[in-house]
Amino acid sequence: MKNISINLQVNGKQVSSNIEPRTSLVDFLRDELRLTGTHVGCEHGICGACTVLLNGGPVRSCCMFAVQANGLEVTTVEGLAPERGQLSKIQDAFCEKHGLQCGFCTPGMLITCQALINKNPHPSEAEIRDAISGNLCRCTGYQQIVDAVVFATKETS
Amino acid sequence: MSQSPHYDEFTYIGKHRRAVEHRRFVVGKGNYAGDVLKLGTLHVAIVASPYASAKILKIDAAAALAIPGVEAVVTGAEINSAVLPVLPGVDAPSVKRFPLAHEVTRYSGEWVCVVVAKSRAIAEDAAELIQVDYEELPYVLDPEIAIKDDSHHVHADAGTNLIFNRQFVWGPVEEDFTKADHQLSYRVKWARSSTVPIETFALTCEWSDATGILDIWASVQMPKYPEQIASALQLPTNSVRVHYDVDVGGSYGVKRGLKHAILVGYLAKKLGKPIRFIEDRLENMRGGDMQGPDRLFEVTLGFQQDGEITCMKMCALEDIGAYAGRSPLQLGKPIGAISGPYRIKSVSYLAQAVLTNKTPQEAVRGFGQSPTNYALESGIDKVARFLKMDPIALRKRNLIHKDEFPYLIPSGTSYDSGDYSTVLDKALAEANLNQLIAQRDAFRAEGKLAGIGISTCLEPSGGNSSFEPLFNPKNETTTWMESCVVKIDLGGRVTALMATSSSGQAHETLVSTVVGEVLLQHPDSVRVLHADSLNALPSNSPVGSRMAIMLGGAAAGAAKKLKAKLIAIAAEQFGVSSEDMTFTGSEVFVNNAPEKNITWVDLVAIAHRKYHQMPKGMEPGLQEKFVWEVPTGGDLPDEQGRVHMYPCHSFESHVVLVSIDPEIGKAKIHRYVCGHDCGVMISPDVVHGMTYGGIAHGIGAALMEKFAYSAEGQFLSGTFMDYLLPSSSEVPAITIIDHCTPSPLTEFGQKGSGEAGYLGSPAAIANAINDALATINKSIDFLPMTPNAIWNAIQQDTTY
Repeated sequence: MKNISINLQVNGKQVSSNIEPRTSLVDFLRDELRLTGTHVGCEHGICGACTVLLNGGPVRSCCMFAVQANGLEVTTVEGLAPERGQLSKIQDAFCEKHGLQCGFCTPGMLITCQALINKNPHPSEAEIRDAISGNLCRCTGYQQIVDAVVFATKETS
Repeated sequence: MSQSPHYDEFTYIGKHRRAVEHRRFVVGKGNYAGDVLKLGTLHVAIVASPYASAKILKIDAAAALAIPGVEAVVTGAEINSAVLPVLPGVDAPSVKRFPLAHEVTRYSGEWVCVVVAKSRAIAEDAAELIQVDYEELPYVLDPEIAIKDDSHHVHADAGTNLIFNRQFVWGPVEEDFTKADHQLSYRVKWARSSTVPIETFALTCEWSDATGILDIWASVQMPKYPEQIASALQLPTNSVRVHYDVDVGGSYGVKRGLKHAILVGYLAKKLGKPIRFIEDRLENMRGGDMQGPDRLFEVTLGFQQDGEITCMKMCALEDIGAYAGRSPLQLGKPIGAISGPYRIKSVSYLAQAVLTNKTPQEAVRGFGQSPTNYALESGIDKVARFLKMDPIALRKRNLIHKDEFPYLIPSGTSYDSGDYSTVLDKALAEANLNQLIAQRDAFRAEGKLAGIGISTCLEPSGGNSSFEPLFNPKNETTTWMESCVVKIDLGGRVTALMATSSSGQAHETLVSTVVGEVLLQHPDSVRVLHADSLNALPSNSPVGSRMAIMLGGAAAGAAKKLKAKLIAIAAEQFGVSSEDMTFTGSEVFVNNAPEKNITWVDLVAIAHRKYHQMPKGMEPGLQEKFVWEVPTGGDLPDEQGRVHMYPCHSFESHVVLVSIDPEIGKAKIHRYVCGHDCGVMISPDVVHGMTYGGIAHGIGAALMEKFAYSAEGQFLSGTFMDYLLPSSSEVPAITIIDHCTPSPLTEFGQKGSGEAGYLGSPAAIANAINDALATINKSIDFLPMTPNAIWNAIQQDTTY
């Protein structure tokens, strides 16, 4: 099958490429753009390690083709921080509350948490657990991830 | 956070500190094996056997080789004549393991041939076109059948499936049973589950004809990995360079990847190009050889009417699968805590490892200890029910008292320290036992089943390898050392070099905290690097809950040498001896004369530039190494199989409230408290994190996770829709209560914690469910206690 040209925005930058139609979005991000922060855990849509934002909503980048993102906006973990060398609030909270260990599920987890916060700036603990229930973590038992989201979203007086 | 007075003497140890590693992980800048991509890399796909056992008649790769971009197809016939086999950790030389099957396949999913191509997609396309003709062979799946003399043999040359079989007797067991008022026998089964990291195994190998070095970037956690690769590939050991600066995306024991490295290393050398292999999830689950213990226990406990448990007979039959690496040794490590935290005086233990036509096992968090803890803790509750005694009171009747340490158990290990009753009491207080009972009774009043589960158990730590000579007399390993290099550069900055990879344990944080503590430098200013295997000192990798103890000890040892050197240089300047000096980190001064001082910066300058000011004969520069033998290590087992296993013993007490919806059999955890004593915590956030994670892993093992096989030996659990991992919906909020009984054997009083939580949670959850089922006179004696298993138990013998 012939290659297809795509144009999309990744982390705020316009990207054009000519790719095999069967290329998954996560392989495109990792192999073509070398944005290796997005990880591949199961390739069947369960673990959530590959979660990215597509036009602001969390999606499994292993379960869609890169061509389906043509014309859309993708945000990966590399695009979360406001500036180079800085951390976003949720990244900072994960560091402060030890919300990770091996770091492999972390990019997908951060993206999912960011999507939650964008919709619901002050989620309850139950809402946090519900939001991250599609992202598997084998290190943390989720406790310190929940703590981190609570820390990042607590009301400041 | 560090509420214990044991922390008062420390500046940095025991304090909240952000983990050094996390900064790169949260911005997506980790360096995982799957991120390594060398120019011109070729990719690999595997063809696996679909049968439990089969004869390979013919492999036709012509169609695959015709696809543009395919560079090679390699079969077992080729590679198995070019490499040496890997042998089991026990003495069974005819159970040979090669990267690819040759002539005979022995489990569904076993690798038969490999395709190398310009992309993974092309390699996978080509793999589908390879035609393998098989003739199905007899197979055996049930370990209790496999153990019989007339069973089909998984390896014909071995003449048996029982590759390890030893009866241990420690103390007057038979005599103690005759003196016991009662004895109670039971059977429990731990299901085949594993740690299942979210990152599969991945590696890249690159061979250089110019240097004669095979470079390996792998997601590995394994002792003596480069040496075993070199041996199989028949390369000099200094020709294999494993890059330990690769971040490993979770392991908890299983990331061994030895056959992967032999295969890909062979391909890299053969083709002269970098080769990358990243398991997909199915490959990881069926042919990655990472399934865990699958163990049947038959136990008899002897006890008195007052609850004193005096003696135990335990038989453990381990289904190791079709090949063996270190997996039979997972029956050996629990010998170091075979009697748990209890004063059981005599024990007999029959350890049997049997081959079956299933995916081979690998080391899993706890190295076999959690199944044994589950077996013992199930028995404690059974005894309590038999005696109509409260299971908490029964445990307290038998727990070793805090004044009895060091406590020698029948199998030869001496427990270092502990205060078990207090840690249990703290957990019960936090859980508010009376309230918990009221909640349980309220559930029961609603028509639900509900139960409270307790477990009290040990985490042997400081990973030694005493089970190697115990299980294989030809192996005289008595050291399991760990190393660290620390240097202070010309600018006065401290850098430490560790000798292994990390898989989420935050070793850079550990080492920098320890070195900072000794040298009184802020830990955030200490850089920690991972050496590669050729420039590293000896390491035995982060196995057996050992790094806080062993790497922490090695880092402290090297830093203390540097500190002594700085003090000696300072003393020289004032013509006094080192004992007359005080070290503050920023300076060294003469005792009682603080005006006679010299700064850190000036001392560093002397060591690096002013040889004329140094004590005579002292080595210039500031760099030291320390290689630490495991405390209590160094001895071979005696004839009865007594040996000191691990040096340190952490303790955990779990208190769980579970309800069961009787209509669907689903268990729900309402309260989870873990009392935990791992001595001095160097990094409390790290310890707590690993404990939460260990409990979550235990919830999976208790309720959800199982590698299942059909009656025909077909593997049924190759996806996350069939093999279920606990999500945030299944793992409840968990409360950890710390206690600190320092170890007398370690630098700062630390013990291990890498397996914490997992060692007691399956037992506690199982006990809670059986407490619930006891109200209807039912019980379940196997894991996982899935909704289906619980529902079946509820329905059993029920008339409609």
